[in-house]
Amino acid sequence: MPAKTKFEIKLGPATREAFGRALVELGKANPNIVVCDADLSKSTMTTYFEKEFPDRFISCGIAEANMTAIGAGLALAGKIPFVSSFSAFAINKGFEQLRACVAYPKVNLKVVGTHSGISIGEDGPSQMSIEEIGLACNLAGFVVIAPADEVSTKALVHAAAEYVGPVFIRTGRPKCPIIYPEGTKFEIGKSVQLADGNDVTIIANGLLVAQAMLAADTLGDEGISVRVIDLHTAKPIDREAIARAAKETGAIVVAEEHLVDGGLGVRVAQVVAETAPCPMEFVGIQDTYAESGQPEELLDKYGLIARDVVAATRKVLARKR
Amino acid sequence: MKYLKLRSLAVAARNKRASFSMKSITPHIAVESGFPMAKSIEELQEIAKRIRREIITMIGEAKSGHPGGSLSAVEIVVDLFFNRMRIDPKNPKWPDRDRFILSKGHACPVLYAAMAECGFTPIDQLNTLRKLGSIYQGHPDVRFIPALEASTGSLGEGLSLAIGMGLAARLDKRPFRTYAMFGDGEIQEGQIWEAAMAGAFHKMDNVVAIVDYNGIQLDGFVKDIMDVAPLADKWRAFGWHTIEIDGHSLPAIEQAFNEAEATKGKPTCIVAHTVKGKGVSFMENNPKFHGTAPNADEVKRALQELQ
Repeated sequence: MPAKTKFEIKLGPATREAFGRALVELGKANPNIVVCDADLSKSTMTTYFEKEFPDRFISCGIAEANMTAIGAGLALAGKIPFVSSFSAFAINKGFEQLRACVAYPKVNLKVVGTHSGISIGEDGPSQMSIEEIGLACNLAGFVVIAPADEVSTKALVHAAAEYVGPVFIRTGRPKCPIIYPEGTKFEIGKSVQLADGNDVTIIANGLLVAQAMLAADTLGDEGISVRVIDLHTAKPIDREAIARAAKETGAIVVAEEHLVDGGLGVRVAQVVAETAPCPMEFVGIQDTYAESGQPEELLDKYGLIARDVVAATRKVLARKR
Repeated sequence: MKYLKLRSLAVAARNKRASFSMKSITPHIAVESGFPMAKSIEELQEIAKRIRREIITMIGEAKSGHPGGSLSAVEIVVDLFFNRMRIDPKNPKWPDRDRFILSKGHACPVLYAAMAECGFTPIDQLNTLRKLGSIYQGHPDVRFIPALEASTGSLGEGLSLAIGMGLAARLDKRPFRTYAMFGDGEIQEGQIWEAAMAGAFHKMDNVVAIVDYNGIQLDGFVKDIMDVAPLADKWRAFGWHTIEIDGHSLPAIEQAFNEAEATKGKPTCIVAHTVKGKGVSFMENNPKFHGTAPNADEVKRALQELQ
């Protein structure tokens, strides 16, 4: 058997950048696409859309609650609005509006949060969103997506525009490792198996997908066979892939740049409990807020790098009978 | 005489809008059936009285609900549905229809009665209000009545929705107008003022805000809970063309809506001075009837007064 190719970190554009580019593609293809922004267009990258389609770019000022409901009004009148801000503000400041104006009447609004997680870096905890996967999943009927790289972000932003109903997409600030070759197809709710294995499964989303790949290689060198799944859609969750991983590998690690409380791990654990219970470990932020620093320093300090995924995997394997 | 002249102007304005929409891109215009016939003041008053009776009866049957703010809004809602808006009960999703958002969703009995009287929803089910399985939910819910423009009830959100709809109208070059009505207590919500800024900034002259200024909220008088006065000054300062009227005077309401329609380049806010519980003596200006249903005896007395 030929030696497996190792995963190498090659940085590509940030997922927010991919989102901004995808919006322009969408805007060209569909005149019903409109964008609302709350004074962060140069950071959320909706500025690309604004330059191409100034009439369809709606400046809402620093008023996220109002922006969310304006977006809902646009959707109710037949538009496909994307409202965007940092995740911390899009979700938290607009949460009630997401619940009452969007989720419960099932309005066709797309919400894209950028600068998610602690990898925003120097700005510190007030700008860091570490709870929005949990919050968004608690909006009944919402689709919740956290893509890992440029290619998957673009594809899933397009998929979100085609899907009729409310969607939240989580994107990040820093340049991120390339996972997928150009042209890879993605489907909402359908995870991607990046590596096959039968000893243990690592499930990850966002920035942690690359760390999971690195961890799998490290463990592979020791003869441990690791399955890696990019679970980009937190809701609706890919039950089938999770159940199969639980049955076939008997141990699961979930890794995410999010509070362990209420995040992807909890959702995966629910499916595992309902289908094929097995030992699980969770890599995430442990009931705390981060601080200022460079993204790499923060990911290291708060336990969100390959080293931590490896440690969690060893732990779960030790518990596996 | 002056009033008659105003009415003929109003009819002319509506006809103009109707002919505009016939030329618009929408293929399935139903102007003939959907366009409200200009009604006489007496006819509108009669409808208003009937709707008041329906409000009392349905809330009485439900044994819970919000009569006070439903009754204070009757004349405005009646004028919108029976004399103003271009709507078509047979084609409720007609893209060029005018839109009404009851941001003060708890006053839905007035909206349900008006929609049922128009023929949007079954009139014989009004008394199922708030009961399991009823389309007449405790607050307006588009899942149960698709002809509603929005689900409302969480206060402070309707003006933002209206602005979104108005922006869509502008982008699509559609002639429809959007009316959002909220309570005077409701405007204590900060989002209303975010929307007020946005409405003026985006020059939303196809959006009309209506404040049902009845002076009472759940816990008591607005002036004692969190005073919103001077209200008209606030809207003017936010850049809205602001009109203060007696919200129970049908001629004043009609004139205000005409003025709103003639106002270009800025949105209009109508501060409608109303009486909470209007039309039922023991409910008028009585905070108790913000959110308390009348008992059987009170229903009887109220209906006698509304004969």
